[in-house]
Amino acid sequence: MTETAVAHPTEPAVRKATPGEARAPRRSGRRRIALPYLLLLPALLLELLVHLVPMLMGIVMSFKELTQFYIRNWGEAPWSGLDNYTVAIDFDAPVGQALLKSFLTTCLFTLLSVGLCWFLGTAAAIFLQENFRGRGFLRTLFLVPYALPVYAAVITWAFMFQRDNGLINHVLHDQLGIGDSPAFWLIGDNAFYTLLVVSVWKGWPFAFLTVMAGLQNIPRDMYEAAALDGAGVWKQIRHITLPSLRSVNQVLVLVLFLWTFNDFNTPFVLFGKAAPESADLISLHIYQSSFQTWNFGTGSAMSVLLLLFLLVVTGVYLLLTSRGRKTSDV
Amino acid sequence: MRRVRAAVTGVVTLSLAFTATACGGGEGSSSSPKTLTYWASNQGASLEIDKKVLQPELDQFEKETGIKVKLEVIPWSDLLNRILTATTSGQGPDILNIGNTWSASLQSTGALLPWDAKNLEAIGGKDRFVDSALGSTGVPGKEPAAVPLYSMAYALYYNKQMFKDAGIAKPPTTWDEVIAAGKKLSKDGKAGIGVEGSNLSNNIHQVFVLGKQHGADFFTADGKPDFTSDGAVAAVKQYIDLMAVQKIVAPGNAEYAQNQSLSDFAKNKTGMVLWQTPSQTFSSQGMGPDEWGVAPAPVPSGKPGQGAQTNSMVAGINLAVFKNTKNLDGALKFVKYMTSDEEQIALNKAYGSVPPVKSAQKDAAFADPSLTVIRDTLATSAAALPQVPEESQFETVVGTAVKELFADAAAGRPVTTESVKAKLEKAQQQMPKK
Repeated sequence: MTETAVAHPTEPAVRKATPGEARAPRRSGRRRIALPYLLLLPALLLELLVHLVPMLMGIVMSFKELTQFYIRNWGEAPWSGLDNYTVAIDFDAPVGQALLKSFLTTCLFTLLSVGLCWFLGTAAAIFLQENFRGRGFLRTLFLVPYALPVYAAVITWAFMFQRDNGLINHVLHDQLGIGDSPAFWLIGDNAFYTLLVVSVWKGWPFAFLTVMAGLQNIPRDMYEAAALDGAGVWKQIRHITLPSLRSVNQVLVLVLFLWTFNDFNTPFVLFGKAAPESADLISLHIYQSSFQTWNFGTGSAMSVLLLLFLLVVTGVYLLLTSRGRKTSDV
Repeated sequence: MRRVRAAVTGVVTLSLAFTATACGGGEGSSSSPKTLTYWASNQGASLEIDKKVLQPELDQFEKETGIKVKLEVIPWSDLLNRILTATTSGQGPDILNIGNTWSASLQSTGALLPWDAKNLEAIGGKDRFVDSALGSTGVPGKEPAAVPLYSMAYALYYNKQMFKDAGIAKPPTTWDEVIAAGKKLSKDGKAGIGVEGSNLSNNIHQVFVLGKQHGADFFTADGKPDFTSDGAVAAVKQYIDLMAVQKIVAPGNAEYAQNQSLSDFAKNKTGMVLWQTPSQTFSSQGMGPDEWGVAPAPVPSGKPGQGAQTNSMVAGINLAVFKNTKNLDGALKFVKYMTSDEEQIALNKAYGSVPPVKSAQKDAAFADPSLTVIRDTLATSAAALPQVPEESQFETVVGTAVKELFADAAAGRPVTTESVKAKLEKAQQQMPKK
């Protein structure tokens, strides 16, 4: 409705300005269609250059036998067909087995990390909706992990998790007396929990920020009406807050999932080049399979597989959630 | 229509300009004959100290030749990756330091200038260098990929005060004596000997020497990985057992990777370390040169030599020229300068290493007992790590296996011949297939 209402008064004006040109409206229409694409063009070209070209090169590499003998001129590396892929997904052989294990570790880690980040972020955002003294301070404080540079923050964690001189063991073992001997956090099986703690610490402020923004859009009177009807805090959260946050949460969970699943910095800074098996996340695993053993072909094949997996997950997720959104809109 | 076309042209030009500048980023090797880019490895106690040591020498070079050298000191954790990236992109320094154990691996990439007779002639000939150092410059029989710059070897460093307190009269020469001394030292929260369990390269250096003592090489004569021979398994197990069975290594050492064992040593918490040229680090930790002693690293017979009596790898730094350099002449001049007697004496003195140049070794600065141990080791009882293209991968996979075994030992899980063999088998399967 609004479109036609706006379009009508302008059309005659155009006609008056260029009398005798019958095709003018169509042309201006075409111009209007072209404009968004023109404006997108610089971004599109940069996107091509920064993301798509390297991605395509990675896909090409995955079909080549790109070892140290060819990295200087990788165009000369011989084609290896699907060899790199068969090595990567042969789950009976050590390379495939290690990849599968790393993949499953990453899935579990992502599930726990995203779950905790979302839960903590949402809970904190809801509690801080109430107006009380020190609210602004707490809101700022909670955002600190998000504002710190990743490298500096994670290195500090690595120091804290050191067995002999770290703060964590000093508190847990020396002061609280938990365990017979101080535990290792950076090697062995505990490394998984170390990684989870740091990842949640780093990730939840983003969830907090996003949910907090989402909460501002929920009209106050809905709560007032619910309160008049006798709904308690929990019922208000369940029946007003969470449903209203639905679309925010959909995007939030997707973004957190992608970030966490692909996270490289946290494990790399915490554990160095060789992560303990319990915390061998897939991005680090792929890095090690390519950079540390100088076999970029296999590494690329693994990356392509990861890309496909993430594409499928994202696609299915968007399909499911958008279907839900359409029905809820009706 | 014309306006649209103009707009399109404008936008496209703009984007191309953007992309062109994006491509233009990054510093390539210098095309000007008056400058060189030099990547130095971290030899001193910190990157800053390295800059302080090297800059005056580079200024001197500029004074003599008019060539300005742009210095970048690169930490060990990044150096190999930086070299790999430079190799792939072709954008690198003109001259660079490499760990001598990487020589064969980097040689196979073709990134480094081969030192043929003509190039060697330009720096004074091959005969200037010590043989053992030349043995770590690439695959035997091929033109060297680099020339030796600093030489180092492993030795046993012991804390004099702790030895005195424990009533140990002289430094151990055999492994049995190391264990006996270690047990005397290991009490009241102190430990006998330190290891860097999470430092992959250090793990390799140690198990390689122990492998030699067990008659095992980690590669067959034709260059195939051979990690699971009885000797190799026994060597790795012997090293882990210092913690797991003998209990003379503190469990916390399993996660050490940043020379924490040297700080423990300087703080009188650990009695011994097997190390290469730690004197500068000791003094930066407040430990003076008369508080520690040095002896040849232990061997089964107590008398270091070749074969089963090997007690060190040939450690050291090589200087290489990046093949893509646009200033080959200047690069050769620089290598000649850095390997000249005068510079060799000044730099090796500053870093506590030994010159790989014969004539420079004669200088009085290297007659100190702490350095004669290293010089003798290099001359008589050190062996070069396998000079095969896959050496770098070997360091990673076997170094990681040893790290994981240390983690097991530290957590109190049993480390058996079978578990060691299984880890080494897994490591071998990760090696590139030939």
